[in-house]
Amino acid sequence: MDFDPSDDQRLLVESVSRMLGDTYGFAQRKTYMALPEGYSPAVWSRFAEQGLLGLPFAEEYGGFGGGAQDVMLVMQAFGRVLVLEPYFPTVVLAGTAVNVAGSAAQKRAILPAIAEGSLKMAFAHTERQARYDLTDVVTTATKSGAGWVLDGSKTVVSHAEAADKIVVSARTGGDRYDEDGITLFLVDAKAPGVAMRGYLSRDDTRAADISLSNVAVGSADVLGEVGRGLPVIQRVAEAGIAATAGETVGAMEAMNEMTLEYSKTRVQFGNPIGSYQVVQHRLADMFMAQEQGRSMAMLATMSIDNPDDAARAHDIALAKAGIGQAGRYVSQSAVQMHGGIGMTEEYAVGHYFRRCMVIERLFGDPAYYLNKLANQIA
Amino acid sequence: MDLRFTPEERAFREEVRTFIRENLPADTRDRMKLGHPPTKDDTVRWQRILNAKGWAALSWPKEWGGPGWSAIQKMIFLEENLMAPAPELLSFNITMLGPVLLQFGTEEQKKRFLPRAANLDDWWCQGFSEPGAGSDLASLKTAAKLDGDHYVVNGQKIWTSTAHNADWCFVLVRTDPNARKRQEGISFLLVDMKTPGVTVRPIISIDAGHHLNEVFFDDVRVPVAMRIHAENKGWDVAKYLLGNERTGIARLGKSRERVTAAVEMAREVNFGGKPLIEDQVFRQRVAQLQVDMKALEITQYRVVSAYDKAKGAGKPDPLSSVLKVKGTELLQATSELAVDVAGPNATPIWARELAAMNEPDELMEAGSAGTGGYLMLRAASIYGGTNEIQKNILTKAVLGL
Repeated sequence: MDFDPSDDQRLLVESVSRMLGDTYGFAQRKTYMALPEGYSPAVWSRFAEQGLLGLPFAEEYGGFGGGAQDVMLVMQAFGRVLVLEPYFPTVVLAGTAVNVAGSAAQKRAILPAIAEGSLKMAFAHTERQARYDLTDVVTTATKSGAGWVLDGSKTVVSHAEAADKIVVSARTGGDRYDEDGITLFLVDAKAPGVAMRGYLSRDDTRAADISLSNVAVGSADVLGEVGRGLPVIQRVAEAGIAATAGETVGAMEAMNEMTLEYSKTRVQFGNPIGSYQVVQHRLADMFMAQEQGRSMAMLATMSIDNPDDAARAHDIALAKAGIGQAGRYVSQSAVQMHGGIGMTEEYAVGHYFRRCMVIERLFGDPAYYLNKLANQIA
Repeated sequence: MDLRFTPEERAFREEVRTFIRENLPADTRDRMKLGHPPTKDDTVRWQRILNAKGWAALSWPKEWGGPGWSAIQKMIFLEENLMAPAPELLSFNITMLGPVLLQFGTEEQKKRFLPRAANLDDWWCQGFSEPGAGSDLASLKTAAKLDGDHYVVNGQKIWTSTAHNADWCFVLVRTDPNARKRQEGISFLLVDMKTPGVTVRPIISIDAGHHLNEVFFDDVRVPVAMRIHAENKGWDVAKYLLGNERTGIARLGKSRERVTAAVEMAREVNFGGKPLIEDQVFRQRVAQLQVDMKALEITQYRVVSAYDKAKGAGKPDPLSSVLKVKGTELLQATSELAVDVAGPNATPIWARELAAMNEPDELMEAGSAGTGGYLMLRAASIYGGTNEIQKNILTKAVLGL
């Protein structure tokens, strides 16, 4: 075991942090939120220039051959400043789907385009009735000639409006909750029959509900094996869990730093509130939660390449429950320690709180994973 | 970053597990599986078996009988030993006195005490706390006055674990009552418990057991040669010792063992016509403990891996306070789980009756013994620096407040 980043990883973190230092002050971030895209296309180009968009992809596809750890470190840096750009849906979710299931031709067509910044993607799996159940898919894909026709709807798809292409899951066989019969498709966002209802999510990013009516997809746009989409979706979810665990660590660090700073400057009863032991101990608890959460992010990261399905799922469940609880504790405490100012839209801490809240609900919250773990106790 | 165990580390874990399985005396194992603490004989016998294998003096250098393990290997050993469950190495000997002698002792002191401490030929105890000096240790009053080549010690220590088993005690005494700062007038002495004037009085604790004592010193003459480090520099020694005490303090293997025991018992006990293990609320509680144990496990490996990299140099990692707080919270939560599973079986104090029984009822015995462990583990967040003190340490060391 060795928990220290390599020299390359250290350089990566330094360069990403420097770039974010230039581009992602909280005031700057507010200007990106106000843009029509809800994020900054200029910053997206910086990501491309720095090689971040191709980070986890193989070099033959224009990537840098990085691994889950590199993604975790970048997401941690993103979490510290609450990056708005569609990195997570494009690189982590859709990127993983294509990486895991794509044919060589699909990879050639998609991954280099993502890496250079010209292709943004979304991952549309969750349906309104499904909550966190990955097998709960009722959107259908019906064979039509050589291709398929998709009908159904997807909900809370992160950055769907920004996407050029969307990875969509649909049933080509079986019934709701069946593990078999789910297939992934690469759908052009502008394809006839694709309609979006966009909205602002609680974390300041945009999301959309997507309806698919009679959407024609060619056979070349089937991603992976027909009917065998679930294992791919699981891998995508696991990659997403590991990446957002890293992001949560960054957000917790930022909240703890903010709260510490505030406790040194906010004077009440003649002293900085940080001089009071009751506040100090809450800060110590927040630090402990952050470090236990960091351990869980590391667990998620080290797990996602484990070929043992059961062991991987178990560790991911442990990690997801733990990081979610840590993020929730630090968020709630950070607002509490700030008092009234923590309640405002103007101040940063509430934005971190809400991002952690959104992350907690991606691919299952702590209660969901505790239940999963509970069911495994024999 | 490589967050997996290396093949060597995995093989090492297997080697340790096999050795413990093959060499831990069966009566010790049976007692401990039921939740009883090890007896004095259990502890002595097992430490001697480990010492013969070269596995007792864990963090000591090889020339003093240490196994030459990395901190990660040490942690693997400690986990496996606790999960077995086997008696722990006597921490007073191995993690407190040993490192202190190695750091501050003279050659003569090392030669005289280290081999006997490793083999548990001498049982050591720790004379730090006093009635008026608990978390505020530096306010201790036990006085040592120089008289020729002896110190004459007068005062009282309290909460002295296993003093009734002990042959020797390392004691913090005040040698300069007029020192500018309280910390500057303290010395560190080694006291033979057979010296005239040493009186041990038992304190029966919350579990009805005898673990703790008061130790009185009345004109106890201690040779100056039994002082560690310079006179009035005992606080440095104590700080070093307490820093050492934190490696492995999470005792995670013990928490894991308690959960295993609780789950086993939950198969046997009734809950609404079904085994308790089928109850979802119980299962969720186990799941939450699994989450918390896993987080602590990784944090612990982060600490020891950093320790290995720093070659043990440098200041104690402030994360070790996280290990202490979270580790003891888990020890308490896991032992509490075992008590809750036992239900009414948790209430009897059976020790004497059980000894007289011809047909022991293991379920009743485990319920009773597990409760003793639960009660005694309330001390885990009190000893070694209370968890509140740990948060003060974090506040200063990490947060700079």
